[in-house]
Amino acid sequence: MGIEPVTPARAARIILLALAVTILVGLITPLIGPAKIELSRAFRGESPDAQMFFGVRLPRTILALLVGGALATAGVLFQALLRDALATPYTLGVSSGASLGAVIAICLGMNQLGGLPAVWVAALLGAAGVLLLVVAVAAEGRRMSSFTLLLAGVTINSVVMSLIMLLHNLASVGQSFAIVHWLMGNIDPVDAGTLWWMAGIILPVCLGLCLLARQWNLMSVGEEWAATHGASPQKLLLAGYIAGSLLTAVVTAVTGPIGFIGLVVPHAVRLKLGGDHRLLMPVSFLLGAALLTVCDTVARTLLVVEIPVSVVTALIGGPFFIALLRSRRRSLWL
Amino acid sequence: MSVRYALTGVGMRYGDIEVLSDVTLTFDQPGMVALTGPNGAGKSTLLNIMSGLRDGFQGTCQLNGRSITTWPRREFAREVALVPQSLKLDFPFTAEQVVLMGRTPYAGGMFESPEDWKAVDRALELTDTTRFRHRDFRALSGGERQRVVLASALAQEPRALLLDEPTTFLDLQHQLSIYELLRSLAREGLLVIAVTHDLNLAAAYSDRVVALKNGRVAADADPCSALAAEKIKDVFGVQAEWLQRPGGKPWIAYGD
Repeated sequence: MGIEPVTPARAARIILLALAVTILVGLITPLIGPAKIELSRAFRGESPDAQMFFGVRLPRTILALLVGGALATAGVLFQALLRDALATPYTLGVSSGASLGAVIAICLGMNQLGGLPAVWVAALLGAAGVLLLVVAVAAEGRRMSSFTLLLAGVTINSVVMSLIMLLHNLASVGQSFAIVHWLMGNIDPVDAGTLWWMAGIILPVCLGLCLLARQWNLMSVGEEWAATHGASPQKLLLAGYIAGSLLTAVVTAVTGPIGFIGLVVPHAVRLKLGGDHRLLMPVSFLLGAALLTVCDTVARTLLVVEIPVSVVTALIGGPFFIALLRSRRRSLWL
Repeated sequence: MSVRYALTGVGMRYGDIEVLSDVTLTFDQPGMVALTGPNGAGKSTLLNIMSGLRDGFQGTCQLNGRSITTWPRREFAREVALVPQSLKLDFPFTAEQVVLMGRTPYAGGMFESPEDWKAVDRALELTDTTRFRHRDFRALSGGERQRVVLASALAQEPRALLLDEPTTFLDLQHQLSIYELLRSLAREGLLVIAVTHDLNLAAAYSDRVVALKNGRVAADADPCSALAAEKIKDVFGVQAEWLQRPGGKPWIAYGD
């Protein structure tokens, strides 16, 4: 079985195709919903169409695009760094750190912190705390390897998860409902300012990661391989872990943990296009964005009641992933 | 211009275990060097130190007069390439993509230049791997993989090539053809240092044999002297005898 090499022309063709898909999804999904929207009325500023389109549907679509892209990119990155096809943005504890922060904010009944929703700020602080802890433990003796990173991350992840369960157990019924709602992950419409700062972090970080694609190729083969090919594995591990954690923390703070995007999208893209990160990373970003937006549209339109988007990504992603694993026996491309 | 390696008093400990001690060696001309010795003699550790993968060793290891640990990695990777004992991939890369990675130390951008492709084509050609350049590396046999990894190292266009048991997984024909290739590269000005357990290949193809025993240099000479019967007895603890084939190369027979 052959696959073409990644030349500029092929990369441009495939990335533009993925971009077209994502833009199409971004244009169509805001129009879908129980209330019909006429675009012409919306653009003339006539309510309720304009209010519905610009105030609710479009921000929600943009949020889903950003979050999906960030999660898929972080998934690709963590899989390369840990050389583990089953790694996700949540493997190394940052998202459970965010969850712990959010749960603490909910239990303390905080609403606002520094002009932002307290849950977001607390989630970012929790993520930062776990990130520092994992790096401190993994880099012990000033030698960080993907193995020590994985060990530290997974261990701290499970400790933090049990703290969340402890707090949940102590919480009141109302708080408990809020905690569960948060832990399920939701894409709720946010204001334009939030979208701007999220885009201001997510887009440059993802672009920067894509520009380092050849380094991630080396790292996905091995640390010694990277070292004998002119790269610095320890610096790449640290920079990659921080960048991937930043992406995960930012999206988790706003939406809560949303599963499967960071696992399924990289796998599907790798299956089709191979392991070269020059294609894998940008295409995963674009298709992750598109997939989460589609899942969110399903989540808010399938039933009369909105279902959590995590349920949809799991219901679509789970069977898809099992099918992928089964096809692995037939094809080696995974 | 060739590379010059100068190792002075190199030692390495893992905890209480002394893996290498007081290794002083100089490699200052192109040629084929066989690095041999029993299991645990420190061959791989020495090779790893020379390829810049280990720090925290005693003594000094210099390349072209500059300590290995202070070389910028990118520049170093254009001077020295390492062929590891085996390479296991967790993700789908074609053989060609593995060889292309050898060009990363020369990367000026996101994509390979025409010179990069030329080097890759040549490396594939030399190692007889062009046929399966588009196949998944993980679907190749052990020997095919080994040759692809060698191709990747050649694509690095190094001036020193370090190999850790390069022919372990190869069939007889490819063992010989790889050693032929290594020797011809050495004739063209490359310093080739190959760890091997095959004393006959070492004797037949190398210009110099370095034997390690218990982390120390036990022999360092041309193959005839370094692999003399009493040396083999001393280093490997095995009886050996050089046999002269009529009109051919000598052959080392082991055992009683």
